[in-house]
Amino acid sequence: MSALIWSGNGIQTKILWTAIAALGAASFAIIALSRGEPVNAAWMVIAAVCIYFIAYRYYALFIAKKVLGVDVARPTPAVRHNDGLDYVPTNRYVLFGHHFAAIAGAGPLVGPVLAAQMGYLPGTLWILAGVVLAGAVQDMTVLFLSTRRDGRSLGDMVRAEMGPVAGTIAGIGILLICIIILAVLALVVVQALNGSPWGTFTVFCTVPIALIMGVYGRFLRRGRVAEMSAIGFVLLMAALIYGQTVAQTPALAQYFNLSGPILALVIIGYGFVASVLPVWLLLAPRDYLSTFMKIGVVTLLALAIIIVRPDLQMPALTKFVDGTGPVWAGSLFPFLFITIACGSVSGWHALISSGTTPKMIENESQIPFIGYGGMLMESFVAIMAMIAASVLHPGVYFAMNSAGGIIGTTVQQAAEAVSNMGFVVTPDQLRQVAHNVGETTILSRTGGAPTLAVGMAQILSGLFGGQALTAIWYHFAILFEALFILTTVDAGTRVCRFMIQDLVGNAVPAFRETKSWTNNLIGSALACALWGYFLYQGVIDPLGGIWTMWPLFGTSNQMLAAIALVLCTVVLFKMKRQRFAWVTIIPATWLVACTVTAGAEKVFDPDPAIGFLAHASKLSTAIAAGQVLAPAHSLGEMSRLVFNDYLDATLAALFAGVVIAMVVYGIINIRKAFGTPKPTAIEVEFAGAAAGASHA
Amino acid sequence: MPDILAVKFAEWKERGEAVRVWSVRAARLMIGIPDYETYVQHRKKTHPELPIMSYEEFFVERQEARYAVGKGRFRGCC
Repeated sequence: MSALIWSGNGIQTKILWTAIAALGAASFAIIALSRGEPVNAAWMVIAAVCIYFIAYRYYALFIAKKVLGVDVARPTPAVRHNDGLDYVPTNRYVLFGHHFAAIAGAGPLVGPVLAAQMGYLPGTLWILAGVVLAGAVQDMTVLFLSTRRDGRSLGDMVRAEMGPVAGTIAGIGILLICIIILAVLALVVVQALNGSPWGTFTVFCTVPIALIMGVYGRFLRRGRVAEMSAIGFVLLMAALIYGQTVAQTPALAQYFNLSGPILALVIIGYGFVASVLPVWLLLAPRDYLSTFMKIGVVTLLALAIIIVRPDLQMPALTKFVDGTGPVWAGSLFPFLFITIACGSVSGWHALISSGTTPKMIENESQIPFIGYGGMLMESFVAIMAMIAASVLHPGVYFAMNSAGGIIGTTVQQAAEAVSNMGFVVTPDQLRQVAHNVGETTILSRTGGAPTLAVGMAQILSGLFGGQALTAIWYHFAILFEALFILTTVDAGTRVCRFMIQDLVGNAVPAFRETKSWTNNLIGSALACALWGYFLYQGVIDPLGGIWTMWPLFGTSNQMLAAIALVLCTVVLFKMKRQRFAWVTIIPATWLVACTVTAGAEKVFDPDPAIGFLAHASKLSTAIAAGQVLAPAHSLGEMSRLVFNDYLDATLAALFAGVVIAMVVYGIINIRKAFGTPKPTAIEVEFAGAAAGASHA
Repeated sequence: MPDILAVKFAEWKERGEAVRVWSVRAARLMIGIPDYETYVQHRKKTHPELPIMSYEEFFVERQEARYAVGKGRFRGCC
């Protein structure tokens, strides 16, 4: 049956695929062409799913067979190095689950929510076109390259195929993206918990819960993951429900009603402690809990959207496509393509596709299913996030996602400001939403997570519980996001620490020793200081942090995707498959154009809302004149903003610089490959690596 | 007729069982614990002379490996 669907050529198959194409086109016409009337989310789901199937059947399999030339007879690393531990031939469905759990994170949930300020259509189009032509192609090709090279990492492959200088440049790029990702994700959590005792209490509870799970799984019943996770889940739900009581009891609530800067310091301290403690105590149990919750909630949300079929309140296009929106600055090109990174194309996945997955693939023929298919699934998560943001009343959406400096701090001011934007909303409506979700206010809860949580609460309470459970669902959604973001922060800090140790180790070799406690403490402290600085800067940013930081994060992520796609292109040329190299050249060109334009605009644009230098010079002029410009409160704050502007400008320039350098090295290597008559790609040899020859 | 039903039922049961086994393995692999039985089989077949870790030892080894600094194990960001 499945063989018939995927590769058959019979009349039945043709009818089936024509029907899928027609259904997809019809659904697409409905979401793209309707004006004025609310569109049902079901059309978006159907359009997306039809596109995914067609893309997989006709594009992914074409790339696998013709462009990459997957070889079913060629033994994979899992077969050659089978050790039952790292290298294990794994059933493709099991591996698909593993790969999806590894790539899925906060990115595809937050990006689309922010992009909804331009309406649901531009973001949806980019999510779908991006995943089919860029994101999934990148994931699959990198997975293929790594599988052919014993599961080596992206940085290693760049070094081997493009030379040591290009390798070092890519390495610096990877460290930068790590720091920015950790800072931005932690910022999302801070913004979600800021002034919310219920949410803060529940999220804080995850630490003792993880400790209990850790001790249980280490000493009481070693290795019983299901028991540990069940205990953790029950305690977590108890904390979630008791959180409401905490929020309603002033004596308790005061301890958990924390301001942004305090929360930031707590999270930085937590990240440091978690990254030096033994993993079984805190990091691993949290990871188990958050991984299972992530998969469970994504499944639940998909079911809920299909069953509830909510209407999209957000217009298809808003007037903010011109770049004057309050959520983030910048015009559609390039900033929409920066804002939605994960979900359409994410450089981060290149790191995962060259991590553990290639070591477990049973056969090369499964590469499209795992690599391309996994990314399609991720894209579907992004579509769901877009739906969750679009089912909200647009007035509520803009009140939640605009900084206090833009819409004021009371419901009256906010309702007036948002209504003036053209999205009529009353103070009562804003108050009512806050009341429904059990919060004192929903104004300026930037960062995407709270908006997503309100949208999810609306959809999930339609499925189960109605109005009465909206507040619980809202805090459940916040908990779910915070839980896996904080797990990423722990694990990411450890990765960062290693990269710093490696980098500094070039100068001080003793620093490389990862068993040394001193080194680990210094390394972790450095890693936390780096991302913590950007986090703190984002939290005290009068524009709300996300405004400044998200474009930087998106640029860095797309920069990494550009690096990965340049590598893929170079290797295609080296394999003498240049006839098909357009498959990676097209997305690489697009990403280079987006990141370089975004980087240049972030540095040089004369509009202070976009260009960091213009913003700095505007502030400097004011400082020279002794003026304090809103939303800053003092001259000291002003000079700090100026410093941060220069820092951010440097980063944006660095990102663009890394991309340009990679393109130059890419062209040099392509020319070299062109001039050589034989294939020059450095793969593990087929015949030479006889089974068992290099056995672990 | 009941015969056919019984056969069908057995078939479904088998399929259900396979799905359950896959789901459990997938859930465990998501958190970095590969299948223990596969490991034991592999060791018995290829290194019969060497000791085989107990499930508890295997679990601890895999848990440490998942978070081992320096192996470039990036996860869950985007």
